[in-house]
Amino acid sequence: MEIKDMTAVQLSAAIKEGKITVSDAVEASLAAVRASEDAIHAFLLVDEEGARARAAEVQKKIDAGELTGPLAGVPIAIKDNICTKGLATTCASKILQNFVPTYDAEVITRLEEAGAVIIGKTNMDEFAMGSTTETSAYGVTKNPWNTEHVPGGSSGGSCAAVAAGEVPMALGSDTGGSIRQPSSFCGVTGMKPTYGTVSRYGLIAYGSSLDQIGPVAKDVTDCAALLQTVASYDAKDATSMKRDDYDFMSALKEDVSDLKIGIPNSYFGEGLDPQVKESILKAADVLKARGAEVEYFDLDLIDYAIPAYYVIASAEASSNLERFDGVKYGFRAKEYEGLHDMYKKSRSEGFGPEVKRRIMLGSFVLSSGYYDAYYLKALRTKALIKQEFDRAFEKYDMILSPAAPSTAPRLGESLSDPLQMYLGDIYTVSVNLAGLPGITVPCGMDDKGLPIGMQLIGDCFSEKKLFRAAYTYEQARGAFGQPEKR
Amino acid sequence: MANVISDETMEYVGILAKLELKDEEKESARQDMQKMLDYVDKLNELDTSKVEPMTHIFEMGNVFREDEVTNGDDRDAMLANAPEVKEGQYKVPKTVE
Repeated sequence: MEIKDMTAVQLSAAIKEGKITVSDAVEASLAAVRASEDAIHAFLLVDEEGARARAAEVQKKIDAGELTGPLAGVPIAIKDNICTKGLATTCASKILQNFVPTYDAEVITRLEEAGAVIIGKTNMDEFAMGSTTETSAYGVTKNPWNTEHVPGGSSGGSCAAVAAGEVPMALGSDTGGSIRQPSSFCGVTGMKPTYGTVSRYGLIAYGSSLDQIGPVAKDVTDCAALLQTVASYDAKDATSMKRDDYDFMSALKEDVSDLKIGIPNSYFGEGLDPQVKESILKAADVLKARGAEVEYFDLDLIDYAIPAYYVIASAEASSNLERFDGVKYGFRAKEYEGLHDMYKKSRSEGFGPEVKRRIMLGSFVLSSGYYDAYYLKALRTKALIKQEFDRAFEKYDMILSPAAPSTAPRLGESLSDPLQMYLGDIYTVSVNLAGLPGITVPCGMDDKGLPIGMQLIGDCFSEKKLFRAAYTYEQARGAFGQPEKR
Repeated sequence: MANVISDETMEYVGILAKLELKDEEKESARQDMQKMLDYVDKLNELDTSKVEPMTHIFEMGNVFREDEVTNGDDRDAMLANAPEVKEGQYKVPKTVE
């Protein structure tokens, strides 16, 4: 098998068996990057020199028997909102141009300890605000399946890089669907873990009560391997949770006979592309044939998730992004009169339109006179949504749904109507509001040749069940295929 | 609730957000905000009078730890990120007359 076609776990096994070297793996990845980047533009930065030096170090440790984990020697790409010491981290924003972190995010430290090799930093919607990767200040990323379409977002660069075979795996972040939706659009497997499972230390904050880092991979096995590598309790993140069990790979078994899966009636109504619907229902049949009990049920409040989400996410964003003021890092306007004018001009010139839109909305809903009517109202709605999921999980082990109402839209079609773009997050945002884990697995193609992804949503801390169901489905489905080699 | 976002409101939000929109940006920003708030008003259909606002999904208290320095002195590397530096300090425009 060619290196490019191997999964991360297969690649690491081949390295540990001495069939190939870490350097072979890294060179194969760098060659794939060179071959695809002109067409895809998944990366904002490729660290050839660093990756080569690191490959040599990791090889030594593998040879010495010090690195034995499932991802030792595997190349990885990192979303550009995750701090990497000595490597520019821009959040795809002009305001963070040339920002070089002086420390590593906790997930980067975890990856280094596991012997992964960072290839580079991936493109994204500016500050993770967007659903297409088109709000990046550094150019759009294209969908490897059809370069006239978007890869989704905000982790579009990470998902496109994996889909194009540039790297076997990547890290993304998910605030309202930013791992699951682009994974669906790019035909890769991605997971948003339970809130607090992966340390957010070093993740540049967008909506702190919603943000989670998670894996983007070629298959369910790699996804579990990457999650168990980066997940940890971290005292540096006050919202980090201590979990009893991080051995996610042990859940990879073909068995769903004990699982009860609910399909929300409300998720299959108006606005859902018929081809997506058909594909998701076929996936449900596959799980049923494998012994799962599948039934329809009523999950209410779906129409309230998006307005509640945008109020909360924008409020948190307006607060988190106050730190970008042209003083300590990044961009400062050239002309200004005095300190406050410098803040205002630096921010106005440094942030793109979507980021400004959310900061404005967030500032408004938090302002005195509107705080109760909007911000607290949204937080009360969040409580109701959480209760609704709690009720569902009393009856079901997991919920099966689409990841997005359609396949990847064409480039340039989404940004003109922000509200319309937000409505595309209908199947993903409530999962963040309720802190739940969700995994997206490719389950079909539409007639335009674009991938469709199904989403499995579990109760808090039920990742192992999700991995087991996703793995069982994947085994039944067989190989998903890749975009045509260019 | 019908939201009529006035120019004054936009001006005030601009102060809070520390953003100064260009004239050509202002009208579209106002319309976007208006549209979004009209949409958010859908939440008023829900009776939330008996529900507490949920800030965090898990019952969590404050997390405390000892205030110990664990990192090294990164002063030079941190200052290297600043747009303007003078004598080992961040340089900002004059703030006190």
